[in-house]
Amino acid sequence: MNLPLATAVIVPRAGDTALADLPGLLVPAYGETLTMVGIVMAIVVLAGTPLGVALHNMAPGGLFENRAVYAVLSWVVNIGRSLPFLILMAAIVPFTRFVTGTNIGIPAAVVPMSLAGIPFFARLVENCLRDVPRTVTQAARASGASPLQIIRTAQLGEAVPAIIGGLTINTIAMIEYSAIAGTIGAGGIGYVAVTYGYQRFDQTVMLATIVILILTVALVQLLGDRLVRFTTPALRLHR
Amino acid sequence: MIRLDQLTKVYGHGANAVTVLDKLDFAVDSGEIFAVVGPSGAGKSTLAQCINLLERPTSGSVVVNGEDLSSLPEKRLREARRRIGTVFQSASLFSRRTAAGNIAMPLEYLGVEPREIKARVGELLERVGLAHRANHYPFQLSGGQRQRVGIARALALRPSVLLSDEATSGLDPDTTRSVVSLLRELRDDLDLAVVFITHEMDTVLQVADSVARLEHGRIIESGRVVDLLTDHDSALGRALQPHLTPAVPEEGARLWEVTYDSHDVPHDWLQRISQELGEPASLLAATIQTINGVGTGRATVGLRSGSPALVQDAFARLGLRAEPGTLAGTGGHDTVRNDTAREDAPAPLEHAQ
Repeated sequence: MNLPLATAVIVPRAGDTALADLPGLLVPAYGETLTMVGIVMAIVVLAGTPLGVALHNMAPGGLFENRAVYAVLSWVVNIGRSLPFLILMAAIVPFTRFVTGTNIGIPAAVVPMSLAGIPFFARLVENCLRDVPRTVTQAARASGASPLQIIRTAQLGEAVPAIIGGLTINTIAMIEYSAIAGTIGAGGIGYVAVTYGYQRFDQTVMLATIVILILTVALVQLLGDRLVRFTTPALRLHR
Repeated sequence: MIRLDQLTKVYGHGANAVTVLDKLDFAVDSGEIFAVVGPSGAGKSTLAQCINLLERPTSGSVVVNGEDLSSLPEKRLREARRRIGTVFQSASLFSRRTAAGNIAMPLEYLGVEPREIKARVGELLERVGLAHRANHYPFQLSGGQRQRVGIARALALRPSVLLSDEATSGLDPDTTRSVVSLLRELRDDLDLAVVFITHEMDTVLQVADSVARLEHGRIIESGRVVDLLTDHDSALGRALQPHLTPAVPEEGARLWEVTYDSHDVPHDWLQRISQELGEPASLLAATIQTINGVGTGRATVGLRSGSPALVQDAFARLGLRAEPGTLAGTGGHDTVRNDTAREDAPAPLEHAQ
């Protein structure tokens, strides 16, 4: 038989969820995952982009060079980036409860996921902006652009493909985090995988969630790559 | 016109202070192209950034059409920058915008009406000979075409001063020539004062009316190109000439280094010298060219006889200056390397020697 490798490890057994019942279990969970990741990514982009722009421009050589503020900002971002997500999630439970009034469910997952995602994305944006040739920014300045115009056209405008690449990486990381958030009852595919697959040894569900996650990540990556192509003239127009 | 008054730029403070530009003074009139040459580390890029007001000078001033721009407050400085167009090295175009989109940038920053922008951009594309490339992206353009877009962009706001910051560096000789002739054309048509910063001596000869040599943050020599080329004592004039290795003279012949020292040297000076001295003069090395309409040159001549005083007199009567020479060669870029690189090669390195 020419079966995928996974079936060699995970063998469905009697007592597992019947195949016919899978959609009823997985579709709502998938919807929850998409909701969670969608909300988080919206927050991450809205907060992480300005933070990345600030980091880049406070750094030496930036538009508003300020070593002290940069050091503080950079330090805060590093803290956000240095904690393993599981630990971060547990550590900020009081804060999460303060913000959302609960410590379970999607709202409770969105808070730690955002807190982990924002500094991640900010660093990605900072990196993308750093790769924009200095002469481009100089040309904008010499053309009489205001700082905001420079940021919009020369920095973000030129870095769009790179930032989309970063966004793809970030989204995939957030899908992963959403599965971890599943353990605090946030729902979603991760929750199903843990409660059915891990705790009840339901191999059918386990296999199904794995396949869904792989396909989702592949799709996000594909979309991201397409968008990068579309926003880079040299890639879009080259045949 | 643009004038620099005692322009000084110091980086760092106290004991760590480094003076990059030291009391520079020069003026460029409308309709004049003024080249600044110098080895790397001489302060050329800092000078460029002070001229287009991206950097504020530590002291001294940049005066455009009588107004001191360098002391303006930040917001007015931004407006002042619009009066000076800058052509950068070729990597300065927005890669995600078309040629037209790039030229439109300064107009968009200013908030010009879209219809007006379109008209002006069309005009500029026409002006630099790229009307047929309006919707091409930078990656679809050749190095020379990219520089034309850069020039059009620099002219978008009708500046009276154009700064060219290594704009031809890294272009191949043919492309450099075409970019240079475009600059000269624009200077004449728009009566621009052009400051042309480069490390390529060859390009200076093609483009400049006047030239200054920057070294260690100071202008060590400057003048009109023609005057420097005909001045025997000018190191810069010598550096502007191509390096020649003379042919080996006949047995017993003495070498003479001959330079044009006047604007009215007859073209047939070699024959006249032969006649006057009563012996054939052998030409062993020479460059003769017209710079801004004036014939200039440098030659190595072999002469068998004649007392040194007699020979020098004969040359002097024709407006040439002659000095005993050696086989080491004439002129030459002895201090500034004279390199041109292919378009796809990295920009030529500058040599300080």
